Amino acid sequence: MDLTLILFIVLAVVAILTALGMLASRSAIYAALFLVLNFATVAIFYLMLGAPFIAMAQVTVYAGAIMVLFLFVIMLLGAEKLPKGEVLPWQRPLAIGLAAVLLAEAGYLLFQRLHITAGLANPGAEVNAPEAIQAMALSLFNQYLLPFEVTSVLLLVAMVGVIVLTKKEKGES
Amino acid sequence: MIPLAYYLAISAILFTLGALGVLIRRNPLIIFMSVELMLNAANLAFVAFARAYDVLAGQIFVFFVIAVAAAEVAVGLALIVVIFRTKHSIDVDLMNSLKG
Repeated sequence: MDLTLILFIVLAVVAILTALGMLASRSAIYAALFLVLNFATVAIFYLMLGAPFIAMAQVTVYAGAIMVLFLFVIMLLGAEKLPKGEVLPWQRPLAIGLAAVLLAEAGYLLFQRLHITAGLANPGAEVNAPEAIQAMALSLFNQYLLPFEVTSVLLLVAMVGVIVLTKKEKGES
Repeated sequence: MIPLAYYLAISAILFTLGALGVLIRRNPLIIFMSVELMLNAANLAFVAFARAYDVLAGQIFVFFVIAVAAAEVAVGLALIVVIFRTKHSIDVDLMNSLKG
C-alpha cells in the first residue's frame, strides 16, 4: 500500500472522529479544541493537494484567529455548559435521519455525475517550490485584484459592525 | 495516488456532520462551530477539484471563503454577546422573539 494512502486514511479517521467529538462534547471548550484539531487535519489535506498557501491560511486564520475568538467568547460568557432544558424527543432521531438522507444525496450527485476515478498525482517537490505560491500571488493580484480589495472593505465593515453591536449605550450601566 | 473521490467523500461526510450539529445542538456557539465545519468541508472540495482540473481559481476562491468566514464569525460572536447581555443566557430556545 502506498504511503500517502496510509497517511490519508489516518488523517480521514482523525478528521471524522474530531468532528463527531465536537458534536458529542457537552462542554463548548472541548468542542472548540476538537474543532482546532479538525482544522489542522484539513490543513494537512491541503498540503497533500499541493496548496501550501491555503494550508498556511487555514492554520493562521481558522485554527489561529477564528478559534481564539471562539474560546475568548466562550470564556467571556462563561457559557461552556448550558442547563438541560426540556428536549424534544423526536428531534435527535429525525435530525440523524435527515443527515443520512443528505449524505446519500451528496454521494449520489458526486459519484454519479463525475468521472472521478482518476487519481490525483502526489505533490512532490512542488509544494516546497516557490513557483506554487508565486503563481497563486500572480493570479490573486492580477486577475482577482478587485475581489481582493472588496474583501478588505468587507473586513473593515465587519470590524465597525462588531464595535457598534457590542458598544454600551450612553447611560446604560 | 489518492483518487479525487476519496477527498470528495471526506468533504461530504464533514459537511453532513456539520449540518447534523446545526440540527441537534442547542448551544449557539456549537451551532456556529458546525457552520464553520461545513464551510471547511466545502473548501476541501474546492481545493480537491482545483487539483484535479489543475486550475488555480479553486484555491483563490477558498482564500475568499476564509476571509468571509472570518468576518462572519466576528459579527456572529458579537451578536451572541449582545443576546447574552439582554437575556443572561444563550440557549437557542430562549431566542423566540424579534424584539429583545
